Amino acid sequence: MANGERELPRPTPETQHFWDGTRKGELRFQCCEDCKNTYFPPRHFCPSCGSKNVNVVKASGKATLHSYIISHLPAPGFQTPYAIAIAKLEEGPTMMCNILGCEQTPEALIIDMPLSVTFERINDEITLPQFKPMGTN
Amino acid sequence: MERNAIAIVGASETTELGKVPTMSQVQLHADAALNAIEDAGLKLSDIDGVATGGHNAVEIAHYLGIVPNWLDGTSVGGCSFMLLVRHACAAIDGGLCNTVLITHGESGRSGLGRHGSSIFPSLFQQQFERPYGVTRPPTMFTIPVLRYMKDYGLSEETLAMVSVVQREWAGKNPKASFKDPITVDEVLNSKMICYPFRLLMCCLVTDGGGALILTKADLARDLRQKPVYIRGTGESAETPMISQMADFTSSAAFRVSGKNAFESAGISHSDVDHLMIYDAFAHLPIYGLEDLGFVGRGEAGPFIAEGCTRPGAKLPLNTNGGGLSYMHSGMYGMYALQEGVRQMRGTAPAQVNGAEISVVHGVGGMFSASGTIVMTNVA
Repeated sequence: MANGERELPRPTPETQHFWDGTRKGELRFQCCEDCKNTYFPPRHFCPSCGSKNVNVVKASGKATLHSYIISHLPAPGFQTPYAIAIAKLEEGPTMMCNILGCEQTPEALIIDMPLSVTFERINDEITLPQFKPMGTN
Repeated sequence: MERNAIAIVGASETTELGKVPTMSQVQLHADAALNAIEDAGLKLSDIDGVATGGHNAVEIAHYLGIVPNWLDGTSVGGCSFMLLVRHACAAIDGGLCNTVLITHGESGRSGLGRHGSSIFPSLFQQQFERPYGVTRPPTMFTIPVLRYMKDYGLSEETLAMVSVVQREWAGKNPKASFKDPITVDEVLNSKMICYPFRLLMCCLVTDGGGALILTKADLARDLRQKPVYIRGTGESAETPMISQMADFTSSAAFRVSGKNAFESAGISHSDVDHLMIYDAFAHLPIYGLEDLGFVGRGEAGPFIAEGCTRPGAKLPLNTNGGGLSYMHSGMYGMYALQEGVRQMRGTAPAQVNGAEISVVHGVGGMFSASGTIVMTNVA
């Protein structure tokens, strides 16, 4: 196990709504009203068409396991081995996560398996969105 | 820009490679630079353009006593040197300077006088990736591969063959860090780093450097070395975050950079005699072969495993042994370019007989950026 605390995000004006959402148990992404593109990470305009006519939308929280590795390298705040994964949201965007409530093995982590969002409270300001196998607590 | 208008007239690596506890990073740059100037038969005072990546270009110019007419510090990871070759060609062609020195030096192993990370962590990456335990490149660069393996049926054994074949090339190179042959079993039984990647699927960590000197082709003919002409170039970028790569089985930056290089060079794949694809990890040559268009999607693993890139085969790939077996200080792109130059000069330890066109393809960051150079020894 590595020493130290895990690195935490520092919200910016463009991303504050996202971190406000996770604190309230909501996963948020953005949707362009003009070209209907859904996107993540957050910014004040659509990276597909440049429009500023964008809304913040609550994600369903349903995703699939798009890809992952199982790291055996020490990292602050993590006990090895641990998976670093990519969740592909039902709405389209991908995001990095860990897979909670699951053995960190190739046998347990099956590509394309269904996942659901869960929230890992770190401190008063930061709650990280995480994912777990669908149907687990 | 006109093809073959600019040439590489000086090229050298540092006097020593591997473990160099006697030199800090800036001295590795300078050692390579002075070697390249000697190689070209030039003097320091002939250099009027300075470019480097991963280190402050001002410090390099000052350290060498050069007050340049042109400066470029593009730093987008290990392919920065491919981009700098491209930028230098444009600068010389545009009359901004006459003779450009591009340097690389990295105390990757000994950590002496390091500049810190050459890849500036974006705020996005700090917010949306670092909290999940990504640290060094093996924890990021490897992430797309299980997706590729599922989509295209690539096996761990086939992935391991990339390391096995490159070790065959390294065995022909006296300067390679690792020269002894390895088997698929040895690769798969080496220490697990980041599943599915074992130690022998990951690059070395070494000290070293390299430098290139470029000038106009018509001046090159009077110099000491056989000129290596820049026939075509490309560059691109996709994302600073591996999690935001649009397609985990293909790099958009590779595709754009490669297409631009091939089109500007006016060549097709069958024209290529020698190929370098930056191999920080074993999957990079697979992605590179497909994204550059040498083989179809999903075909590169079997292509390598069947021996199509090994010594004596039709497409000699990573003939120095690559980052996996030759040398990898952190920003490997310079060493791939050096091998391209050696092959075009006819001086490589594992020389491809009669090679006239070399393609050198680099990656920066974690599939973040890319640069591609087409070299030739035919004016």
